[in-house]
Amino acid sequence: MAKQYKPRSHEPVVWLLFAAGGMAAAMLMPALVLITGIAAPLGLLAEDSLNYERVIGMLGSPVGKLVAFPFISLLFWHAMHRIFHGLHDLGIHAGLGYYRVLCYGFALLATLLTAGILFLI
Amino acid sequence: MNRGNRQIDILISRYDPERDDQPRTERYTVPYAHDSSVLDALLYIKDHLDGSLSFRWSCRMAICGSCGKMINGVPSLSCKTFLRDYAPGPLYIEALHHFPVIKDLVVDQAGFFDKLPESRPWLIRDQERALADGPHRQSPRQRARFASTSACINCLLCYAACPQYGMKPDFAGPALLALVERYNADSRDQGKAERMPMINAEDGVWSCTLVGNCSAVCPKDVDPAAAINRNKLESAKDYFLRFLKIGSGGAE
Repeated sequence: MAKQYKPRSHEPVVWLLFAAGGMAAAMLMPALVLITGIAAPLGLLAEDSLNYERVIGMLGSPVGKLVAFPFISLLFWHAMHRIFHGLHDLGIHAGLGYYRVLCYGFALLATLLTAGILFLI
Repeated sequence: MNRGNRQIDILISRYDPERDDQPRTERYTVPYAHDSSVLDALLYIKDHLDGSLSFRWSCRMAICGSCGKMINGVPSLSCKTFLRDYAPGPLYIEALHHFPVIKDLVVDQAGFFDKLPESRPWLIRDQERALADGPHRQSPRQRARFASTSACINCLLCYAACPQYGMKPDFAGPALLALVERYNADSRDQGKAERMPMINAEDGVWSCTLVGNCSAVCPKDVDPAAAINRNKLESAKDYFLRFLKIGSGGAE
């Protein structure tokens, strides 16, 4: 008796957010490490280029918000999706429904907070 | 088998469900030469030391896919694994993990073969091409799209290597999902819509967390992990495009 494969999984919704977050991290992180971790401490940047007023001004502009929102929020989806499936790999399956709500709920909360904070800047 | 003048100890997990409560380990000492495979050693044991040892084998040249065993914990074809690489030994041989043991090194493969028909592993056509129209023509580029996935020999090493299959036997598993891709990628095939339900299901590509052991142990370089993850994108496209009625199918 052949096994029947249904119903359709809803995983693509979170998987696409996870994939986008992975892409965002891969593009953003090396640049951030270079600027804040290497260039700034070594004094390679122009003076005051990373001061509070400048950075908040950049994030407060419409373009800054438009760029910062997906880059910040998608990383949460990426991390929580990886943690959720990591639990399964570590042998924690009982109550996956509960962990699912916890993991993706946190990502959703972080996304809303990101949007709220960027809106208030 | 060229017996050679070297010796190696082999530990084998023995189990007869009709007589034993649990598996036991037995030690055999076999002679070997530079070109002796693990399968050669098993055949030597069966012919000279213990005729009751059970194991599957056939072609001795890594194409029939029947002699897979756990060799020092790694799923391997015993005909393609050489004793010289394990000197001075001992080496430990068990039945493939994640399948019920029938006897000694022989496993029940139903967990794979029962699912096989659901992957529709044949060319599906809307309309069969008439004989008079001649053969299907395929360019080298079209052929290359399924060259690696068509190399699968159903040896099930990937299932023994896959922690997800070990935890959840309902998971379609690496070889079947690679097989789905093999036919979907074939320019002569028109059956993708029929195969999407298997890809789209929780027990399809979505049970894979990209551990990658399947591709690491594959003796034919099929790379099931890559095939599965390409199909996550296919499934994601299918999930959203079905609302636009331009998806590739796959009913609920």
